[in-house]
Amino acid sequence: MKDVKKKELQVQNRKNTIRTIKRHWQLYLILLLPLAYLIIFKYKPILGAQIAFRDYNFKDGIWDSPFVGLKHFKTFFVSPQFSRLMVNTLGLSIYGIVIGVFPPIILAVALNYVRIKWFGKTVQMVTYMPYFISSVLIVGIMMQLLSLTGPVNSVIQSLNGEAVHFMGEPKLFKTLYVFSDVWQKTGYNAVIYISALAAVDQELHEAATVDGANIWHRIRYIDIPSILPTAVILLIMSCGHILTMGYEKVLLLQNDLNLAASDIISTYVYRVGLTSMQYSYSTAIGIFQSVVSLVMLLAVNKISDKVSETSLF
Amino acid sequence: MEKKIDSNKCFHIVNTMLLIFCFLIIALPVLNVIASSLSTPGAVIRGQVRFWPKGWNVDAYKQIFTNKMLITGYKNSIVYTLVGTGINIIMTVLAAYPLSVKDLWGRKVFASLFIFVMIFTAPLIPTYLNVRDLGLLDSMWALILPGAISVYNMIIARTYFQNSIPGEMLESARLDGCDDIKILTRMVLPLSKSILAVLVLYYAVAHWNSYFDAFIYLSSDTKFTLQVVLRNIMSSAKALEEMATTVEQSMRAANIEVLKYAVIVFGSIPLIILYPFVQKHFVKGVMIGSVKG
Repeated sequence: MKDVKKKELQVQNRKNTIRTIKRHWQLYLILLLPLAYLIIFKYKPILGAQIAFRDYNFKDGIWDSPFVGLKHFKTFFVSPQFSRLMVNTLGLSIYGIVIGVFPPIILAVALNYVRIKWFGKTVQMVTYMPYFISSVLIVGIMMQLLSLTGPVNSVIQSLNGEAVHFMGEPKLFKTLYVFSDVWQKTGYNAVIYISALAAVDQELHEAATVDGANIWHRIRYIDIPSILPTAVILLIMSCGHILTMGYEKVLLLQNDLNLAASDIISTYVYRVGLTSMQYSYSTAIGIFQSVVSLVMLLAVNKISDKVSETSLF
Repeated sequence: MEKKIDSNKCFHIVNTMLLIFCFLIIALPVLNVIASSLSTPGAVIRGQVRFWPKGWNVDAYKQIFTNKMLITGYKNSIVYTLVGTGINIIMTVLAAYPLSVKDLWGRKVFASLFIFVMIFTAPLIPTYLNVRDLGLLDSMWALILPGAISVYNMIIARTYFQNSIPGEMLESARLDGCDDIKILTRMVLPLSKSILAVLVLYYAVAHWNSYFDAFIYLSSDTKFTLQVVLRNIMSSAKALEEMATTVEQSMRAANIEVLKYAVIVFGSIPLIILYPFVQKHFVKGVMIGSVKG
C-alpha cells in the first residue's frame, strides 16, 4: 500500500518536473547562448590546460602531444625562479592587502561625519576619480612625475636631497606599486563602506549621544562593528586573488632594472609563455597559480565563516 | 558635558584636515600633469612647473591631433567599446534572467557552472591558444568574445531581477498568458533600466581601459586600441621623436617630455567629459552589488 503511494508520488513529481521544463522552454532556449559561450570560451581552455601535462607541439595539438606527467611542475618547483617568484608575488599582495585595508575605512568614516555637505561631496568626487584612469595612464603619470627630471625629484633636489631613480630601483618597486594602488582605489573602495555606514540605525547614534558618547566613541562602538562584515568579505575576495592580483599594472611598471623585485608569477607566466613560447611550462605554472587561488579562497571563506559568520558562499 | 564638546570639536578639526589631505593628494599630481602639458619645454625640463602652467604652450597638443596612430587608436577603442558593451549586455541579460526565475528546473546547476569559472580561471596560454584556434587573433573579436560575460556583473543583474521586480506581478502576467520572452522584454527589462545603465558603465569602462588583451592578441597597428598606442608612445622614445620632428634638435628631449604629459591628458579626455555622469551611476552600482544575493 505504502509502496504504491510512493510510486504515485514519484510519477507525480516527474510529471511536475516535465511540466515546469515545458512551461519554461523559452528560458532554456535563452540560456543556450550563454552556455555555449561558457563552453567555448571558459571550459574549453580549462580542458586545454592539460597541455601542462604534455610536451605541447603545434603539429599534435592539445590532445595528442606526448604525455609527460608532472615534469613541468617539478621543473618549476625546483627552479631557482620558484622561490624568488613566490617571495615577490606574496610580498606584493600581502603588502598591498595590509596597506590597502584601512584607508577606505578611514575615508568613509571621515566622509560620514562631514558637516559641510558640498565639501564632503567634492572630496568624495575627487578621491573617486582616479579609479577610472586606465593602468596605462596611471603608470604613465608615475613615470613622468617620478622620473629623474620629474617634479618629485626636482622638489627633492631643491631640499638638497639626491635625485632618486624611482622606477629603476628594485627596493622601491613594491612601495610604488602598493601606494599608487592606494592612491587610485581608496575613493572607490570607500563607497562600499559609505553605503554600509548609511545603513546604520540612526537611533543607535542618538541613544549613544544621550548616554554621553562623543564621536570617537560612536566610531569605535557603533560604526566599526557595523562595517566589519563588509571589510571581512572584501578581505576574502582579495585573498582569493593573492597570486593573481593586478598583473597588468605590474607588467606596465616592469623594466630591466627593477625586474628582481617586480617579477611575479603572472608576469613570468606571460614571459615564459608568450615571449619564449614554452607553452606547456607556462601552463603548468598557471595551473599552480589557479589552484592555489582556489584553495586560498575556499580556506579563507571557511575560516571567516567560522570566526565571524560572514562568508561569500 | 564640556569635555564631550571639546573632543567632538577636536574630531571635526582632525577630520577636516584629513579630508583636505585626501583631496590634495589626488588633485595635486593631476594638476601638475595638466600644467606641465601646457608649459614650455624649458620650464618642464628644469622642473619649474608646479600646479600652474609656466609660459603657455599648446604645441604638444597640436602635434597630438595630427598624429595618425593616436587618432586611429581612438577610433578603434570607440568601436570596440560600443560593440563589446552591446554584446556584454545582451549576453549578461540572457544568462541572468533565466537564472533569476525561481522555479526553473536545473537553475542551481547552471548557476554553479558560471560561479566555477569565476573562481577558477584557465591559465593564460590555454586561453590564448583557444583564441588562436578559433581564428580570432589580430581581430577585435579577440577582445570582445572571450569576456562576453563577466560572471560578477551577471550576478549583480540576477540579484536585481530577483529582488527588485515584484514576483507577483510576473506571476499574474504568466497567468494572463504571457510567455517568458514577453515577460523579459515587456516587463523585466523596462523595470531594470537603472541596473542596465550600471552594467553598461561597468563594461564600457573595462573595455576602454583594458590593455593586456589588446597587447597580446593584436599585431597590426591599424587595429590597436588607444591604450596600446598610448603605451607605445610613452615607453618608446622613437615614436616620440617621430612626433617631434618639427622641433629643433637641441630642444627635442625637452619637447618630448611635454608631449608625454599632453598624451596623458589627451588619453583622459573621455574620462573628464563623462566622469560626472559615470560616477553617479557607479556609486549606485556599488550599492546594488553590495546587496548580498
